[in-house]
Amino acid sequence: MPSLLSQNLPALQVVLPLVAAPLCLFLRLPRLAWLFALAVSGAAFAVSIALIVLVQQNGAFSYDMGGWAAPWGIEYVIDPLDSVMLCLVTGIATLVLMYAGPSVEAEIPRRQIPVFYVLFLLCLTGLLGMVATGDVFNLFVFLEISSLSTYALVAMGRDPRAQTSAYRYLILGSLGATFYVIGIGLLYMMTGTLNMEDLARRIPEVAETRTISVAIAFLAVGLALKLALFPLHKWLPGAYTHAPSVVTAFLAATATKVAIYVLVRIFFTVLGPIEAFQTLPATVSETQLVGVLAILAMMSGSAVAVFQYNLKRLFAYSSIAQVGYMMLGISMVSVTGMTGGLVHMVNHAMMKGTVFMALGAVILRVGSPDIRRLDGVGYRMPVTMAAFVLAAFSLIGVPGTVGFISKLYLVRGAIEGGHWIMVAAVLASSLLAVIYVWRVLEVAYFRSRPAGAAPVREAPLVMLAPMWVLALANVYFGLETTYTVGLTEAAADYILNYVPGEGPTWEHPLFEDPHGHGDGHGTGHGAGHAPEQDAHAPGVDP
Amino acid sequence: MFETVLGLYNYWIVIVLMMAGFYTVIARGNLAKKVIGLNIFQTSVFLMYITMGAVEGGTAPIVSEEATVYSNPLPSVLILTAIVVGVATTAVGLALVVRIREAFGTLEEDEVLALEHRMDRGA
Amino acid sequence: MIVGLDMMQTIGACLILPALAVLLTLLFGRWPNVREGSTLLVAFALGSMVFSLLGPVLIGARPSLTLWEVIPGVPLAFTVEPLGQIFAMIASLLWIVTTIYSVGYMRGNDEHAQTRFYACFAIAIFSAMGIAYAGNLLTLFLFYELMTISTVPLVAHKGTDEAKRSGRVYLGILMGTSIGLQLVGIIACWILAGSLDFVPGGLLAGKVEGWPVLLLLALFVFGIGKAAVMPFHRWLPAAMVAPTPVSALLHAVAVVKAGVFTVVKVVVYVFGLDLLNGTAGTEWIAAFAGFTILAASFVALRQDNLKRRLAYSTISQLSYVVLAALILAPLSVMGAALHIMAHAFGKITLFFAAGSIYTAAHKTEISQLDGIGWKMPVTMGAFAIGALAMIGVPPTAGFVSKWFMLSGAYEAQAWAAIAVIFASTVLNAAYFLPIVHRAFATKPAPVDPEHDHGEAPTPIVVALAFTALGSLFLFFVPDSFLALAEQLVGGRP
Repeated sequence: MPSLLSQNLPALQVVLPLVAAPLCLFLRLPRLAWLFALAVSGAAFAVSIALIVLVQQNGAFSYDMGGWAAPWGIEYVIDPLDSVMLCLVTGIATLVLMYAGPSVEAEIPRRQIPVFYVLFLLCLTGLLGMVATGDVFNLFVFLEISSLSTYALVAMGRDPRAQTSAYRYLILGSLGATFYVIGIGLLYMMTGTLNMEDLARRIPEVAETRTISVAIAFLAVGLALKLALFPLHKWLPGAYTHAPSVVTAFLAATATKVAIYVLVRIFFTVLGPIEAFQTLPATVSETQLVGVLAILAMMSGSAVAVFQYNLKRLFAYSSIAQVGYMMLGISMVSVTGMTGGLVHMVNHAMMKGTVFMALGAVILRVGSPDIRRLDGVGYRMPVTMAAFVLAAFSLIGVPGTVGFISKLYLVRGAIEGGHWIMVAAVLASSLLAVIYVWRVLEVAYFRSRPAGAAPVREAPLVMLAPMWVLALANVYFGLETTYTVGLTEAAADYILNYVPGEGPTWEHPLFEDPHGHGDGHGTGHGAGHAPEQDAHAPGVDP
Repeated sequence: MFETVLGLYNYWIVIVLMMAGFYTVIARGNLAKKVIGLNIFQTSVFLMYITMGAVEGGTAPIVSEEATVYSNPLPSVLILTAIVVGVATTAVGLALVVRIREAFGTLEEDEVLALEHRMDRGA
Repeated sequence: MIVGLDMMQTIGACLILPALAVLLTLLFGRWPNVREGSTLLVAFALGSMVFSLLGPVLIGARPSLTLWEVIPGVPLAFTVEPLGQIFAMIASLLWIVTTIYSVGYMRGNDEHAQTRFYACFAIAIFSAMGIAYAGNLLTLFLFYELMTISTVPLVAHKGTDEAKRSGRVYLGILMGTSIGLQLVGIIACWILAGSLDFVPGGLLAGKVEGWPVLLLLALFVFGIGKAAVMPFHRWLPAAMVAPTPVSALLHAVAVVKAGVFTVVKVVVYVFGLDLLNGTAGTEWIAAFAGFTILAASFVALRQDNLKRRLAYSTISQLSYVVLAALILAPLSVMGAALHIMAHAFGKITLFFAAGSIYTAAHKTEISQLDGIGWKMPVTMGAFAIGALAMIGVPPTAGFVSKWFMLSGAYEAQAWAAIAVIFASTVLNAAYFLPIVHRAFATKPAPVDPEHDHGEAPTPIVVALAFTALGSLFLFFVPDSFLALAEQLVGGRP
């Protein structure tokens, strides 16, 4: 029944991996658990494609979870930006899972493998939920679902330092999430609602109060911690370095992106009508704080990356710099700049996904991501390293790759806005990228393999195939940008010109009220906002 | 003035707990104590939500003949979820602490850092 | 058109053929004869494709091939226009010659990793064709960067510490200038004009004026690092550690010409001569080119390593083209276009000769060349012709281009430019003629018979004789190049 199916797509998107996750536990065979997780994420990807088509055809739409009308019930809103993000997250998850099989078997104790896939699917659920939901508290719940599973995933790394990295990530991540809860609590205090759309409509009345200012501050800091904006990035290098390769690839390509998405969502739609983002404290005249931090992130991340020996750590620092690029684009608050930031979000997922997948393959075969042990690896694992080369060029921003498209829009946005320091920073950081990328390539291709080194086989095909899909995506979307730039430009335009009420059309275009309750049932009903709650307790509106 | 200090005592409690928890997370060197500090920090947020839902003179939000004023139940419901999240976080945190203790033989942050530094250089 | 391809398909073929060569090289890596045979075959096919476009271009056709839009309003597009045709003809013709030469050189010197060498070489040619036929700045930039990347492995080919260091300098300067300056210029054009197409008369004409024009011009002239205008010239001497065929085709023809070609193209099709003529201050940028001509010549005088002397000579000659373009008179722009051709034939001959000496006699320094002319008469004879072409003495092609430059400068009354060209002609003579003199007029140092040598292997000798004769031939029959250059500036001035 296609129509019933498509009615419930937004719910299905999140519920599918959530329900599937615990089932992995019952599949004792590692390989079976792997294939099951892969199938689930493939199905989630199909759902996201269907959603993107729906949004393209009908525009943004909303879905009432369990049939409870917003703002009482939890509402899922799928707008252009959401659909892009869902597609990105599920697409990367599918590729990473395809790749995961051999790498996980090598890096994780056999009896823990089903648990690994449980956590992986839970993390995916959390990320998808954060994107799909239209309720700020529900978002927190999904944030914690993804974060908690991520901490556990990071801790599964072989090295004892994985434990300490996971611990640090947990402490800082929980602080960030709690800051976020404080922020939305304060918003709730002033508006009495948690629905994003409703919040956006009510906030202008109370915009001048101190409570709202404090709420903005808490939200900004909490989210900055989650997305690893300089100087709140300390958890990231360790977590990326010591996590299992598969986890690193997945996190680098999705986790910080979704956090950035949340920041954009909160600051440009929920708080959009009061221009909260533009009023974040200014330190330099006319340039608000986020732009400055973004520049510092780009410069410091790239500069530190130049001196790293562990390649996973090197590219983790590069990720900090790349987060800087994205925030830089967003901080320009113009359609071009925002497009640059958002398109870089998508593009960076492709680059870093490829890079960390290639590094995972190298770790599988050579045993170490240390640059001093990779002499001549370009000839020992030619197929893997060729994919790495493509992604590395993309990181630099060589034309013909996605990195170039990002930079094109970022620089254009900066020039249009007259932000010359930003132009210089983007270019300087790219040049630093040339240095750290070249260091790796030189070792890989211009040194002969150490005498007496054990022969190394190429990575297995199941790892190479998804790696190459992503690597070629780097080139394809670097030459043909209808989908990446087209979709993100639409999203940027939508986000920046967001007017509550005129935004999402209120009902799912295909949604017919199956339970028959509509207008009459609003008064006297509050709704819990947690997925596990089952009592819609009666009460008075605050 | 007096009103701000004492009339809003519930919020002062929230603030004191919040700062105490936050300070513990930042300043304490013992990894287990950091987790406890995090817990206190989160608890303060729970209180903040609950206290803002309370209506003076209101009763529990159960429909009855006598009551006319109800407290807002929604924050309490939200916090039920947040408590679950908090417990889960603490559990994962403590589990990690146990494994760090097994791997490094210590829970003092500076000693762990020194060991890690040695590992970094050894690699 | 040959074999029934229409003009669009021919353009496509010009791009696909070198790419095909890359594949074939990698595929046949294990069988050197098949590998090089197929490369040669493809090179011939490419040459015939490129030359088949000459006729239509001469009668005014501007065939173009538009693929798809990369970003809104800016497609991946190729257009054949006179300047690009000149560059494509030179690159494809000399690729054939260089392939023959490489066979002799790489085998004669027993170089390692030859498959990587030939593959990167073919990628470089692929990007040269892309640059030549690029229909807009974005397409051009794409191939420009591809060329940089594909040539780094050639520079660092030997894998020694020195080679790797040179590779870093090379990559650093070329990438640094293109990302740091040129890209900004391109994006600024995109903002100002809304597209990046090459428009006869200038894309930016009427869209911007005053100091921003000057700033943009500076971004392009210095951002096109491959043109080696000082202070961004150091990559070229660094690149000399590469095997000689690389220095010959890439660092005397394809790469450096891609640089000056881009400068001329940008001056003519992005800014337009009128816009620049109406802007005060362009002479300051031209002054950098003039300074580079003289300074590089002085440095060349002091080099004893033959290839380094040639490299500095190249730097100086490249700035001729930049200077001529920036004189902004139609005649001098024609001179610039012709000099791309004249210098290509002359300099490749000189490098071929240098490689020939290295292969046969294992000599790299000028002070070792006493009397070598009698042992390697063809090599040193060709060297002499190449040297004359550099100086600009008839009957070589170098004279033709210099003549146009000087007439253009005279027309524009650019006395300083004329002075620079004359002074550097003297300097050219001063650093080339002593080599010829030493080779033929001094007595060779006595050598033990074991190290005695004759001419280099036949493929090398054939190749360098061909280019030397080409240099002479183009003095007598420069018709098609002249006609193309005339069309570049819109008819005979």
